[in-house]
Amino acid sequence: MNAPVSPKKLIKGGLHDWEVVIGMEIHAQVTSRSKLFSGAPTAFGGEPNDHVSLVDAAMPGMLPVINAECVAQAVRTGLGLKAKINLRSVFDRKNYFYPDLPQGYQISQYKDPIVGEGEVLVDLPDGESITVGIERLHLEQDAGKSLHDQSPNLSFVDLNRSGVALMEIVSRPDLRSSEEARAYVTKLRTILRYLGTCDGDMEKGNLRADVNVSVRRPGEPLGTRCEIKNVNSIRFIGQAIETEARRQIAILEDGGRIEQETRLFDPGKGETRSMRSKEEAHDYRYFPDPDLLPLEFDQAYVDGLAEGLPELPDAKKARFVSAYGLSAYDAGVLVAERASADYFEAVAKGRDGKAAANWVINELFGRLNKEGLSIEETPVSADRLGAIVDLIGEGVISGKIAKDLFEIVWSEGGDPRQIVEARGMRQVTDTGAIEAAVDAIIAQNPDKVAQAREKPTLLGWFVGQTMKATGGKANPAAVNALLKAKLGIE
Amino acid sequence: MSVDAQTVRRIAHLARIAVSDDEVAPLQGELNAILAFVEQLGAVDVADVEPMTSVTPMAMKKREDVITDGGRAQEVVANAPETEDHYFLVPKVVE
Repeated sequence: MNAPVSPKKLIKGGLHDWEVVIGMEIHAQVTSRSKLFSGAPTAFGGEPNDHVSLVDAAMPGMLPVINAECVAQAVRTGLGLKAKINLRSVFDRKNYFYPDLPQGYQISQYKDPIVGEGEVLVDLPDGESITVGIERLHLEQDAGKSLHDQSPNLSFVDLNRSGVALMEIVSRPDLRSSEEARAYVTKLRTILRYLGTCDGDMEKGNLRADVNVSVRRPGEPLGTRCEIKNVNSIRFIGQAIETEARRQIAILEDGGRIEQETRLFDPGKGETRSMRSKEEAHDYRYFPDPDLLPLEFDQAYVDGLAEGLPELPDAKKARFVSAYGLSAYDAGVLVAERASADYFEAVAKGRDGKAAANWVINELFGRLNKEGLSIEETPVSADRLGAIVDLIGEGVISGKIAKDLFEIVWSEGGDPRQIVEARGMRQVTDTGAIEAAVDAIIAQNPDKVAQAREKPTLLGWFVGQTMKATGGKANPAAVNALLKAKLGIE
Repeated sequence: MSVDAQTVRRIAHLARIAVSDDEVAPLQGELNAILAFVEQLGAVDVADVEPMTSVTPMAMKKREDVITDGGRAQEVVANAPETEDHYFLVPKVVE
């Protein structure tokens, strides 16, 4: 707990340096067709109360029956977090009153969750890696949704989300900066998306975070924490932590005390504020749900699910580095989304991995970002990008022409090889043709030729002129060599 | 173990049950009688006994992940005192 912290992660207060300590509870909506305990659909949206069964509406006499796929998804996620899978877990009732919780309790798991301790390896932008401990993962029901802006004195309640399965993934307080916290959520989201157990769509609220923040002087025991509820974007998670840490530091440096409480982050105002008054201190009175038997399965069931897991980002990244000779950074960029990694592999197959990675990351991703497109929407297929890489490798086109070719394939489509032939984009490697162009330029510019003997950097100008004269198709290495010889530049 | 008047009020509040002042003392007596009855269990040594969460010697049944319900918004809100466009309407709950 008291491992020395890197000084650059400390926050400077008015009087001291402070260390911020962060733990997170991530609520991830389980990918399933129907709800955790009812056969109503989980699809986002829908007409009000249209995705609701009488179980979700908590009508008297209704009984919950667990969805086998939600259990499997939780186990898969636990395996992906290298966590202990508990062969026996128990569902409890967490009691509280709110209009969008018709049961008056949430079915959750308290003492005996389905998944125990695990860990997530998180890469930081500076190349450092940290291991974040996972304390537990449990299954629980989502609540409904209340709309407060439809009427001055009424709230409108829609139970479509009520009863949808959530995984609550609780981290240890192992994070020491807003940057680490953002990197952790990003990595966790990537793992969930690889596993196919949660789509990670934060805009739809399918992944949201409760962030526990406290501050302390380095080496001191943990400070009192505040919980910032329901932060729904990775950027806001970072902002909320920075804001809350500074609020706590200001109080402590003024000689005050931190009250343990639940707070809300307001991105518009850039502040956190207290959510509930103190007398409403929660007492959930957990007890085992008498409507549900303990959840039990055997190791063979877990092993079967483990066999069906896809290659996960860490393993894929290591493989990209060793099999394709990529840098750890490039491999990390490529594995961030499974679809990007698959695309890269399709391009790299049977080709130079580094060249493929350069084209995918620099040209393709650059262009996709510019247009706001996802990898699934790319107009340039992996086969076609692969053909462009081949054409460069074979010396048919230069790297510069390849960029023009990429642009044509991007906007017009078509087979790169045919385009190169049809539009005469082949690189000129025939020295005779290049020599003719070089001779012409030298003959037309006697003054520059004289200058070049004094000032060899003028070579660049000659190279430019030759490339222009050949429509960019001359092999740049051949042009350079010829010019140097003819101009007498070493 | 016993409860005081303040705890009785607190429990009632958590359960959202309206308890008037003159009901607190009788309720306190009743609750303490129940607690005293339950306390007899304290005489049994259960140090090595796993807490029992179920009395049924069977595994929990699971359902397949198929959509078998929904599309009955009218029925869902049928008993609600106030509705609009199939929403439940409740007194405003935002702070």
